[in-house]
Amino acid sequence: MSSSRGAGALAALPALVLLLCVFLFPVARMLGYSVETGTLDWYAKALGEGLYLQVFWNTFWIALLVTFFCLLLGYPLGFLLATTTPGWATAGFIFVLLPLWTSILVRTYAWMVLLGRSGVLNGLLIKAGLISGPLPLLYNVTGVVIGMVHVLLPYMVLPVYGAVRRVDPAIVAAAEGLGATSTRIFRRIYLPLTLNGIFAGAVIVFVLSLGFFITPALLGGGKVMMIAVLIEQEVHETLNWPFASALAAVLLVATLAVYAAAQRFVRPQEQQP
Amino acid sequence: MTPRSADLRVEGVSKRFGEVVALEDVSLDIASGELLTILGPSGSGKTTLLKVVAGFERPDAGSVRVDGADITSLPPARRDIGMVFQNYALFPHLSVAANVAFSLEMRGVARAEIGRRVGEAVALVELAGYEQRLPRQLSGGQQQRVALARAIVFNPRLLLLDEPFGALDRKLRETMQLEVRRLQRRLGLTTIFITHDQEEALVLSDRIAVMSRGTIQQVATTTETYEHPANDFVADFVGESNVVHGVTADGGSVVLEGGRHLRVGKSLEAGRKVGVLMRPERFDGGANFFSGKVTEAVYLGSAFKLRLACDDGLELIVRQPARGALPAVGTAMTVGIDPDSIHVF
Repeated sequence: MSSSRGAGALAALPALVLLLCVFLFPVARMLGYSVETGTLDWYAKALGEGLYLQVFWNTFWIALLVTFFCLLLGYPLGFLLATTTPGWATAGFIFVLLPLWTSILVRTYAWMVLLGRSGVLNGLLIKAGLISGPLPLLYNVTGVVIGMVHVLLPYMVLPVYGAVRRVDPAIVAAAEGLGATSTRIFRRIYLPLTLNGIFAGAVIVFVLSLGFFITPALLGGGKVMMIAVLIEQEVHETLNWPFASALAAVLLVATLAVYAAAQRFVRPQEQQP
Repeated sequence: MTPRSADLRVEGVSKRFGEVVALEDVSLDIASGELLTILGPSGSGKTTLLKVVAGFERPDAGSVRVDGADITSLPPARRDIGMVFQNYALFPHLSVAANVAFSLEMRGVARAEIGRRVGEAVALVELAGYEQRLPRQLSGGQQQRVALARAIVFNPRLLLLDEPFGALDRKLRETMQLEVRRLQRRLGLTTIFITHDQEEALVLSDRIAVMSRGTIQQVATTTETYEHPANDFVADFVGESNVVHGVTADGGSVVLEGGRHLRVGKSLEAGRKVGVLMRPERFDGGANFFSGKVTEAVYLGSAFKLRLACDDGLELIVRQPARGALPAVGTAMTVGIDPDSIHVF
C-alpha cells in the first residue's frame, strides 16, 4: 500500500516539478513585481482609481452576461443531448465539441467576418428587410459577448449533459405515473436534480470569462476593456510591469474568491446519489 | 383511505422490440380487489406487460381496460395507477413527506388535505416520525415502505409492484410480503405483483399467471398452480418437481418412456401423450413403488432432500421429514407415491 503510494508520488514528480517551474514560480515573480517598491501603491492605484475599477466592473458584468447566455443556450442543449437517441446525441456532440478543437483565433476572426458592419449577418438581415441599416455588432459589448458565449458554450453543455444523464430514468417514470406533466417533471425532478451541473457549468464559464483575452481584444476592438486586455496593454504599451502584476494579482484573488464561494454552494448537494 | 378499486382486462396484447417478441397475444382478467402475481423468469415478458398496463409501453396490438374503459392510449399520468418500482425510484431530493405528497400536489389537492392524507399513508406503512428524512437516510426496507405509501396515497385504481423486494434480505422480504398482503386486503386494492420468485408468488397471491417467452402459460389459484400445473414449464418453474413423460394406458395408468407402468388417480382415454408430475414431498407411501440407490443426500433442517437413481434409470428427487440419520450415499431405498398424488397433464 505505502510502497504503491510512494511509486505513485514518484510518477507524479515530473508533473509537480513542471508545475512548480512554469506556474508557481512565475506567479511568485509576478506578485514580487507588484510590490517591488516595498509598498502597496500599485494595488491602491488598481483598486482606488475609478478608471480601473470601471474595468473590473466591466469584466464582471461581461462575465455575468456570458454566463447567463451560456446557461440560457447551454442548458436546453445539454438536456436535449442527454435525453435524445444515441445517434442524435453523437451528431449533436460533434457540433458542440468541434469548436473546442478549432483554434480560438480562427473562431474569433470568423466572428469578425460575420458581425462586421458589412458582415454576413448584417447583409442577410438587410436583404431580408428586417433592418434598414447595419446593426452595431462588432467592437462593442454585444460582439464580445457573442464571441465569448460561442467559445464557452461547451463548458456549460458538458456539465449539464452529465447531470441530466445521472438522473435515473425510473425516477422520471415514477413522476409520470404519479400524474406529473412534462413541464412539472422538468420543474420538480430534472431541475432540482441537475442544479449541481448548472452550478458547475456556470462557475467554469464565469471564471474562464474573467480572464478572457483574445476574444474581447479582437471583437472589442480596443473599445471594450476587460481586465486581461488592460493587463496586456500595461505590459506591451506602457511597459508598466508592476502595475500589470498588481492587476493580475487582483484578478487572481477575485477568481479564487469565486471558486471558494462556489465550493460552499456545491458541497451540501454533493452527497446526492 | 377510500378504496375505489377497479377490475382490469388485458386483451390480446402483443409487443415486439425489433425482432424480439416480448408479448404474444396476452389476455388476462383481474377482478376488483384481487392480487394477481405475474410469475416468470427474466425475459419472459412480465415487466413489459406491467409497462403496458402502466402506460410506459404502447402495445402493437390489443387493449387494456380498467372498469370497462379503454386506457390503451392514455399516458401514464392520466391512468391513476400506483406503481412501486424495482429500486423504489424515490425522488432523492425530496423528503419522505414530499415524496408521498407528490401525486396529490400534481392533482391540485388542497394543502390541508394533502397533509392529512400524507400523514395517513405514512402511518399506514408505519413510518410516522420519518416524514422529514431524505430517502438516502432510510434503510432499504424503509425506502420500500415510502415507495408503497407514495403509490397508494392518491387512491389509485390499480397497484402495480415490479419485483419490489428483490433488493431486501430474506427475513425483511418475508416481513414485507406479509405486510403488503395485509395492506392490499385492507384497502381492497386490485394489485398486480411481478416476481421471478415462485415462493413469493405462492405466499402473496390470490392467483398466479405464469409467463414464459411472452405468453401466459397458466392462470390459476396458488394451490391449483402448484398441484395442477398446465404444462412442463409451470410444473418445473413452480416448486421442486419430478416431471416425466409417457403415454396413457387403460385403467388409470400411464406407461412411462422407460417402460414402467404408473398408476394414476383418474382414468384417462388411452394412447395420449402426457406429462406426469410427482412432487418430491409426496413420496410418503402408496401404490407406486420406486427402488434405487441414493446418489445425493442433503440435510435441510426440517427435511432430507434425496436424489434417488432408480433401477430402471429414472431419477427422482425425494423429500422426507428429517427423522433419524441422513441416509448415506449408496443406500438402497424404496419409496412409494399414492396414485392420487400424481398429476397428469
